[in-house]
Amino acid sequence: MSTVPSPAPNSSPTPALGWTPPPRPTGAAAPAIPAPPAVDTLTVTVNGRPVTVPRLTPDWQGKPAPTTMLQACAAAGVSVPHYCYHHRLPVAGNCRMCLVEYGTPALGPDRQPLKNPDGSLVIQKSPRPAIACATPVTPGMAIDTDTPGVRAMREGVLEFLLINHPLDCPICDQAGECKLQEYSVEYGRAASRFVETKVHKPKQVDLGPRIMLDDERCILCTRCIRFTRDLVGDDALGIVHRGSYSTLAAYPGRAFDNNYTLNTVDLCPVGALTSKDFRFRMRVWFLKETKSLCTSCGTGCNVLIGSRENVLYRYTPRENDAVNRSWLCDFGRLNYKWIGRADRLRQVRVRGEPATWTRALAELAERLRAIPAGHAAILASARLANEELFLLRKLAQHLGAETDIVPRHGEGDRFLVHPDKNPNTTGARVLGLAAAPPGANLPRFAERLRAGQLTALLVFGEDPLKHGFDPETLQRAELLVVSDLLPNGAAELAHFVLPGCAHAEKRGTFTNAHGRVQRFFKALEPPGDARPETEWLGELWERLTGERASTSPERLFRQLAEEVPAFRGLTWAALGDTGQDLPDGPPPPER
Amino acid sequence: MAAVVPRKPLTFWERLYLPAIWAGFKVTLRHFFRRKVTMQYPEERWVVPEGYRGAPYLVRDQDGRTKCVSCQLCEFVCPPRAIKITPPGPEVDPTTGNVEKRPREFEINMLRCIFCGYCQEVCPEEAIFLMQDYSLTGTRREEMIYNLDKLLALGGVHQDRIQKWKQKQREAPAQEVCPPVAGAAPH
Ligand code: SF4
Ligand code: SF4
Ligand code: SF4
Ligand code: SF4
Ligand code: FES
Repeated sequence: MSTVPSPAPNSSPTPALGWTPPPRPTGAAAPAIPAPPAVDTLTVTVNGRPVTVPRLTPDWQGKPAPTTMLQACAAAGVSVPHYCYHHRLPVAGNCRMCLVEYGTPALGPDRQPLKNPDGSLVIQKSPRPAIACATPVTPGMAIDTDTPGVRAMREGVLEFLLINHPLDCPICDQAGECKLQEYSVEYGRAASRFVETKVHKPKQVDLGPRIMLDDERCILCTRCIRFTRDLVGDDALGIVHRGSYSTLAAYPGRAFDNNYTLNTVDLCPVGALTSKDFRFRMRVWFLKETKSLCTSCGTGCNVLIGSRENVLYRYTPRENDAVNRSWLCDFGRLNYKWIGRADRLRQVRVRGEPATWTRALAELAERLRAIPAGHAAILASARLANEELFLLRKLAQHLGAETDIVPRHGEGDRFLVHPDKNPNTTGARVLGLAAAPPGANLPRFAERLRAGQLTALLVFGEDPLKHGFDPETLQRAELLVVSDLLPNGAAELAHFVLPGCAHAEKRGTFTNAHGRVQRFFKALEPPGDARPETEWLGELWERLTGERASTSPERLFRQLAEEVPAFRGLTWAALGDTGQDLPDGPPPPER
Repeated sequence: MAAVVPRKPLTFWERLYLPAIWAGFKVTLRHFFRRKVTMQYPEERWVVPEGYRGAPYLVRDQDGRTKCVSCQLCEFVCPPRAIKITPPGPEVDPTTGNVEKRPREFEINMLRCIFCGYCQEVCPEEAIFLMQDYSLTGTRREEMIYNLDKLLALGGVHQDRIQKWKQKQREAPAQEVCPPVAGAAPH
C-alpha cells in the first residue's frame, strides 16, 4: 500500500547504518511495521460515488491481478457495456465497447495530491478514454461512465460494429439474449449512415459437429477463440483475413469438435455461433428456465432447463464456482432427449395388465408383507435422488433386503467430466445402498435368485438384463418389481411396472462425486401415470407399515439430515442454488 | 332507505292509446315510402372500407418467397393466443434458396382471433396483414384453424419495396470481387 510520507522532523537516524533511513510517519508509539489490513483495498469514485475495492482481484485463472475499472464499476453497481471481456477468460481488450472517461488525483509541485477547498481531491481528467476491462484502478481514481463523451464513444463503437452486421434479429437465434441487440437499442442509431454495400461473409458455416457459424454476425470479440485455446487447450479457432473481411474460422481441415464446443455458443455475445441442436427450434423468450442439474456424470454440473409447454428445448450452464464455473460439456448438455422420448413408460401395470396406482400399491404392499425377511433384494440406481434412496433405505431395512446399485465408469477429463457416469453414486454410498465396491452384490443377487433364496427383486431405474441377469434368472423371482422411465427387457417380465420420473419432472437433491449436495427442480409434467418416486414410495411405505411417510422432498431431506450422519447439519433451504458440501466430504473411493 | 318515486297517473288522452298507435303508424308509413336501407346479407355484400382490419393472412413477395421468417413475435404478442408457429429446426432446406428461415407450420385459430391487428403491427418482416375478410365460417372447429398453406393462399402477394432476400442475393456477387474466403462463396 502506498503510504503518503509525511515530513518527520523528529526521526532519528541510526548511526550504525551507513545510510539515512527514509522518514517514518510520526507517532513513535506506532509499531515499526503496521499490521497489514486483511484485504488490501483502495478507494475510487465511480460517477461521483466513492467505492472501496480490493487492490487485487482474482483473474480468470484465480491468480491475483490488479482490479480493473470494470470490476470497480461493477462493485459500485454501475454496469459498463462490454463484449470481449468475460470474467472467466483472459482479457483481450479488442471490442472497445467498455470505453470510459477517467481522471487521477492531480499532484502539486511537492508531489502531494492537491485538495479542493472542501477537502476533496482535485481530479485531473485524462485527455483520452480508457478501456475499463483492462485498465487497473489506482487510489483516488475517478471513473465516469455516464458523460456525454462516454455515450458518444459507445454510439461510435456500436456504429462500427454494425457496419457489416446484418441485424437480422427476427431470424437470429440469439435475439432476446443478445448483447449487440441490447446495446443497439440503447446506443444504436435508428437509421444507418453506411451507404456502401455491406460485406457479406459466409453464412451457415459448418464449424463442427455441433456448431453452425454465421460469420456475418460475428463481432470478432475472440471470446470463442480464447475459450477453446486457453481453457480447453484445443487451439482450433482463429480469425483469418483482414479489416472488414476478418472472418472467424476453424483451423483448415479440422473440425471444431472437442467436448466443450457448445460453451462458445453461450459465450458468443451475438448470434454468430449457434448450436445445431437448438438452432431455429424455439425463440428464447418463450423458454421457462428451471434450475436443475446435469445427470450425465458425477460432477453434477448446474444447468438451467429451458422448456416450453412441456417440451424440453435446451440445457444451459448455470454458474457455480464450486462445481462447473460457467461451463458444461457437450455430451451432458445434449443428453436430455431421452426425457421426451415417445416410448417412455406411462402406464402402471400389474402382471402386464394396466392398473391404477392405488390398486398396484395395495397389492404390492400385500405381496411384500408375505415375503420373509432376507428374501428380498433391492437393485437401486445411482440415478435416483437422495430422498428416493433414503426411502429405499428405509424399505430395505424394513424388508431385511440386501441392496446395491449399478456402477457406471467411463472416461473422465481434467476439465469437467468425471469418470463416474452416475449422478448420485456418492449419495447411494453414504446412504448405504451401494455394496463395497458398488456393484459387488449383483452377481450374488443372480446367484441367490437361481438358488431360490431370493423371492423378491425390486429394481429401480436399471435394467438387470444388461447387468448380468438373464431372463430365466429373473423369472425365478416370485415378485419382480420394476420402476423405470424407459421400456426395458426386465419391465416386460415384471409383475409390477411402476413408471417413474426423470429428474426434470421432480424435485430432489443429488450428491456429486465430490460430496456436494445440490438441488434440482421440476420443469416438466411427467407423462401418463408416471409419478415422482418419493410420492409413491411414501405411499407404499404407509401401506406396508401403517406409518405416515412424508412424500415431499423438502421434508424427506430434513429427515435424511437428521437420520443419516453423513448429511448432518444440512438443510434444504441452506443448500441454495449452488449446493453445500457433505460435512465430512465424500467417502473414500473403494475399488 | 328506499325513496318512493311517485308515478304520474296517465291522463285520459294517454289512456285512450289510439293516438300513440296512430303516431307509430305515421313513422312506419314515412319509412315505407323512403329509400330502402336494409342490406340483403349475405346475397348483398357490404363494400369493406380501405384500412379495415379483418382476418390476418400471410403474404408472399412478388417472387413468391414466403415473407414470414418464423420469428414468433406475433405468437408472442397475440392477446388471445390464436397463433401457433412451428419453427423450422436446424436442418437447412435446400429448396428455399437463400431464404434462411421460414415457418414449418403456421396456424391461426380464427375462432380465437379477435382481429386486433397486433400481429401485423409487431411483424418485423411485413409478412402478416389483416385483410378484408370479416366473415369466416366453417362446419367444424378444426376447419377454423387456418394452416400455413391456407394463410398464404388467402394472403396473396404483397408488393414489397425492400425484398430483402432478393437484395441479399444481388449483393452477394459483389463480394466475389474480393471474396472473404477464397473458394468458399457464401451460400
Ligand atoms: S447477433 Fe444480435 S443483433 Fe445481430 S442479428 Fe442476432 S440478435 Fe440481432
Ligand atoms: S463467433 Fe462470437 S465469440 Fe467468436 S469472435 Fe465472433 S462474436 Fe466473438
Ligand atoms: S389479429 Fe390479434 S388476435 Fe388475431 S392473430 Fe393477430 S394478434 Fe392474434
Ligand atoms: S408473421 Fe411476422 S411476426 Fe409472425 S412469425 Fe412471421 S415474420 Fe414473425
Ligand atoms: S470489453 Fe473492454 S475492450 Fe471489449
